Amino acid sequence: MSQTAVKVKEHSAKRQHTVVMVLIYALLIAITFLMLIPFVWMISASFKMNKDVFVFPIEWIPSNPRPQNYTDIWTRIPLLTFIGNTAKITIIVTLLQLFTSSFAAYAFAKLNFKGKNVLFLGYIATIALPWQAYMVPQFMMMRSWELNNTHLAIVLLQAFSAFGVFLMKQFYEGVPTELCEAARIDGLSEYGIWARIMLPLSKPAISTLIIFTFVNTWNDFLGPLIYLTKTELKTIQIGLRMFITQYSAEYGLIMAGSVVALIPVLIVFLSLQKYFVQGVASAGLKG
Amino acid sequence: MSGTTAAAPEKGLPKKLRENLIAYSFIAPNFIGFCIFTLVPMVFAICLAFCDWDGAHAIEFIGIQNFVDLLDDDTFKASFVNTIVYTVGTVPLTLVCSLGLALLLNQKVKFRNLFRTVSFFPYVASLVAVAAVWNMIFSPSMGPINQLLAALGVAQENLPRWAAGKDTAMITVILFSVWKNMGYYMVIYLAGLQGTNPELNEAAELDGANKWQIFWNVTLPQLRPTTFFVIIMLTINSFKVYDQMYMITQGGPGNATMTLVYDIYNVAFVNTPRYGYASAISMVLFILVLIVTLIQFRGSSANE
Repeated sequence: MSQTAVKVKEHSAKRQHTVVMVLIYALLIAITFLMLIPFVWMISASFKMNKDVFVFPIEWIPSNPRPQNYTDIWTRIPLLTFIGNTAKITIIVTLLQLFTSSFAAYAFAKLNFKGKNVLFLGYIATIALPWQAYMVPQFMMMRSWELNNTHLAIVLLQAFSAFGVFLMKQFYEGVPTELCEAARIDGLSEYGIWARIMLPLSKPAISTLIIFTFVNTWNDFLGPLIYLTKTELKTIQIGLRMFITQYSAEYGLIMAGSVVALIPVLIVFLSLQKYFVQGVASAGLKG
Repeated sequence: MSGTTAAAPEKGLPKKLRENLIAYSFIAPNFIGFCIFTLVPMVFAICLAFCDWDGAHAIEFIGIQNFVDLLDDDTFKASFVNTIVYTVGTVPLTLVCSLGLALLLNQKVKFRNLFRTVSFFPYVASLVAVAAVWNMIFSPSMGPINQLLAALGVAQENLPRWAAGKDTAMITVILFSVWKNMGYYMVIYLAGLQGTNPELNEAAELDGANKWQIFWNVTLPQLRPTTFFVIIMLTINSFKVYDQMYMITQGGPGNATMTLVYDIYNVAFVNTPRYGYASAISMVLFILVLIVTLIQFRGSSANE
């Protein structure tokens, strides 16, 4: 009697579990749908003629595909120049960030020196400093050095971040200090320890910093918008934006350009996403 | 090593000073750049807020006149209110969505990583590109959303005008922001959930608590530091909002989606430049962010 009762209870618990799981999957699929549908629509529209883009019901696979959008976009705007500019800026910024941040982080994590705590507190306090609050005087300063309309300005704007120092310091603190001491006894200088021990060990943190910097620089909008007014200097974001405002009815071409602008970030994101997730997570936990 | 102690005095540098100098040399590249391109402009911004300057003539000190003018400036007042409205709309909505998503993806489900990647992708996607799609999908006259609503029987005159409507523009931007950013905060919540103690859940289950009670009384209190962090980050980021409006509504219709940063940009770079005035608006933004940061410092020391 009591055994059957237990069985019935188990059975109903199992059924409840199945119902819950079905609900969870249904919700997840619905959310995936919501997240992806704009991208699917984008790709679909990028293969359409302008007059077909808004046909309803939506033709997800165009019956009259127009792949020429993808060849035309390169001649209508200097897309290749935009991509080249963005790639150049992004790579330089990422390398500089990596070097200056990890260099400074090593001192904060593993060396003792006068004023260490005050300096570090100063860094942390400025993480919250909104760039938008000082972008105007910063622009005036750069302009007086005749750096407006140069890529150097964008590089200088992005290359020295407190966030990078913070992120790398967190990681370096996890590396055993004995390793550094052993290396010191072996006669390595501090610079040698940084280059030969800390850098090779910090691949996960470096990957996190790379993907953060890459995505931020690649997608940066307001900085290039203020500094780069010459077409041949523009980055992909403001170049694409310029095209959208000039030819607002060229729906197919706009969508083709958008797809092209998304691809590099998609590649970097998919190949390094593990580190991206770790980086967001550790920033959250430490915050 | 005896070699270094012997060598140091020869160079005329005591050991301690030498160690300090080496440490400073590590910090210098970042610190110098940081001072020149962040601290100097910040101090400059504070000074400029009390001056009148068009970039061509000499800088003129005018005391608090800029701030007095702000009180009479309708665009500024609208942008201040809109920034607050946007924040009040975005923060709770993003919070609930990202927490919900994190709870779902914390279950043992198949394709969990795929689902995570998908929800995260809008966050890394180029804003210009996704805003362009958003504009087309939500186009009032021909976008698929309104066509769908019309097909469902909504009368033509009742169709929402989305970004073009005075009452709906802000909601459109808020929905866009939630969609774009919830994946980011979901990851933070997932990390927070990793840190919760599963034994507490089991104990509550043995005591006969249902799922909702467990979530409300066991899980959520454990997530308090995470929630606090997410609220702070969301609030600060909402105060700084600009590009979404620039691309979806251009601050309009009228001033319906004008924000503080948008106003700074217009005053300094679009209209006849008034750099002092723009800096005064910057100070308002700075103070808003500072208040939230101070709350964070107090809150996180209370959490520890």
